[in-house]
Amino acid sequence: MATGFATKRLSKELSKIHGNLPPGITLVSAEGFQEWLLDIQVLDSNPLYMNQTYRLKFKFSPSYPIEPPEVTFVSSPDRPIPMHPHIYSNGIICLDLLGQQGWSPVQNVESVCMSLQSMLTGNTKNERPEGDANFVANNRRRPRDIDFYYHDNTV
Amino acid sequence: MDSDDDFMSGMSSDEDDVLQDESDNDDGSVDDFGFDEPEPDLGFSQKDVVQKKKSFDVNFKVYHPEDIQAQQDDLINEVNMILDIRKEDAAILLRHFRWNKERLIEDYMDRPKKVLEDAGLGPNVAGPPKLEVIPGFMCDICCEDEPGLQSFAMKCGHRYCVNCYRQYLNQKIKEEGEAARIQCPQDGCKRIMDAKSLDLLVESDLQQRYHELLMRTFVEDKEYLKWCPAPDCQNAIECGIKKKDLDKVVPTVTCDCKHRFCFGCILADHQPAPCDLVKKWLKKCADDSETANWISANTKECPKCNSTIEKNGGCNHMTCRKCKHEFCWMCMGLWSEHGTSWYNCNRFEEKSGSEARDAQAKSRVSLERYLHYYNRYANHEQSAKLDKDIYQKTEKKMIQLQTASGMSWIEVQYLNSASQALQICRQTLKWTYAFAFYLARNNLTAMFEDNQKDLEMAVEALSEMFEKPVQELADPKLKVEIMDKTSYCTKRRLILLADTADNLANGVWSWSISF
Ligand SMILES: [Zn+2]
Ligand SMILES: [Zn+2]
Ligand SMILES: [Zn+2]
Ligand SMILES: [Zn+2]
Ligand SMILES: [Zn+2]
Ligand SMILES: [Zn+2]
Repeated sequence: MATGFATKRLSKELSKIHGNLPPGITLVSAEGFQEWLLDIQVLDSNPLYMNQTYRLKFKFSPSYPIEPPEVTFVSSPDRPIPMHPHIYSNGIICLDLLGQQGWSPVQNVESVCMSLQSMLTGNTKNERPEGDANFVANNRRRPRDIDFYYHDNTV
Repeated sequence: MDSDDDFMSGMSSDEDDVLQDESDNDDGSVDDFGFDEPEPDLGFSQKDVVQKKKSFDVNFKVYHPEDIQAQQDDLINEVNMILDIRKEDAAILLRHFRWNKERLIEDYMDRPKKVLEDAGLGPNVAGPPKLEVIPGFMCDICCEDEPGLQSFAMKCGHRYCVNCYRQYLNQKIKEEGEAARIQCPQDGCKRIMDAKSLDLLVESDLQQRYHELLMRTFVEDKEYLKWCPAPDCQNAIECGIKKKDLDKVVPTVTCDCKHRFCFGCILADHQPAPCDLVKKWLKKCADDSETANWISANTKECPKCNSTIEKNGGCNHMTCRKCKHEFCWMCMGLWSEHGTSWYNCNRFEEKSGSEARDAQAKSRVSLERYLHYYNRYANHEQSAKLDKDIYQKTEKKMIQLQTASGMSWIEVQYLNSASQALQICRQTLKWTYAFAFYLARNNLTAMFEDNQKDLEMAVEALSEMFEKPVQELADPKLKVEIMDKTSYCTKRRLILLADTADNLANGVWSWSISF
């Protein structure tokens, strides 16, 4: 259970977030301080993501924000997994800012959402990461335990 | 095999130092290792440098934690004096340059600002690190803003509360094992946490871990230094063998803690097999473990009367308790036929082509061939353990015997020597089977198998004597026999290793697969 450290920070984030998120980002649920759901949309007219809404799941450990949150896309009938060379079809995201090396504790839920939003905005490739099928079939590890080789972050 | 000349011809000059012949290797100077830079004199006496004695031996040196610390301190002091910068900064710069002092000094002379910037030592503001209470401060990590909140900032000015800093450093050091490259928590700030600031912020147990990790970077950054992999051992080994030499030499070193391991791949002693072969073999064994498992079981049936026989010692000479049939545990053949010139327990007899016409037959033959080698490999591994058990049991009895017979502790040490010889010879034998599995068949292979057979027979003979009941062991005649056999085993092992190593260095083995 998230206690002390994470709770205080997350309640501050929550009070700041309420009704005050940048365009294209909506808070879906924030029950407790372990798991939040947010929806994001790509605002420009990128044909890959037009008229689509994607759902993000944030999982926080008790030592958030010292440790990065676990962030994945989750799918449902009206919430597909966005097509992107750094997003696996099971929703796992390969992004250095979410790894231990790239994470900074001054990042927050909002800034992560914005980073992901802009990652989608800038993408033109209608493709999955290399080895997607194999990874999705075989991976049993949690995203934080996977040693991603971070592709160049400009994509 | 007289091969020193061909041995050298293919090598460049700095490797000659590493693989050189013993005759010109008596001075023990560290230059023998072919370092890129002169190392500080650590006051090692000559006996500390383990000299290469056989063609398959490599030069190496054992470093204890205080030696490693001293080496680092010397380098830090040197840079501190030459560049006239603080010791903490010199340490950060050296780590940033992976302890390459020459390159650091050269680059610093050229572009001091850029070097400092890249190493996370940006613009310098004077003054030692301190904790401060800043009115109206709010921490960006925990969002705490109560008055009197203690905070800290490195020279980049990014300020966080002390509690967050502690949590952050704890995470980096304890969870991520990071030390030399801990950056400021601010996103994108490259400022590196220095030892002084760290000591101010965290408790002594974390400080200690941090300094241990810093010390590790020194060893990990140097190609010629490696940690001893034995659990709880803190020593490092220095050896000049480089990665690209590993197809020519099996660099086996012995730490002061007695652990013998390969400097190339850190696995336990795997002479005479080269690292790549070992990797392939272990992978094959892991992949084929299910087919092979039933083989290495500890019980078999007597080939004559079918009663169950359990192996409880290292020796392969089995005598059925029921029918007294004597046979070889490995091949189940008659023991009396072992040692005759036509009998080969160690050699896999390739079946003639006519028998292996269809694919199924071929794959059966290839499995049989693998099992032949795997069996013997696994058996020596198992026997080494059993020999060790026997020794431990015997040791207890020997203590009783000492009091009863008046033999002194020194007088029973021959058993210890025999036990150690058995362990080390079985370790070698074990790997000869992986080695042989990948050998293509030719004259050299036949010679190798003869050496292997000689060693194996010597080891089995010693193992058999070694298993004799304690009463018999006390017999002075048997003692002499055991001592003779012990030195014979050791000799056979050295012959096999020297021969294999020479051929490896000359690149004359032909393999059944490419590495
Ligand atoms: Zn704080
Ligand atoms: Zn900073
Ligand atoms: Zn050791
Ligand atoms: Zn090795
Ligand atoms: Zn029998
Ligand atoms: Zn046999």
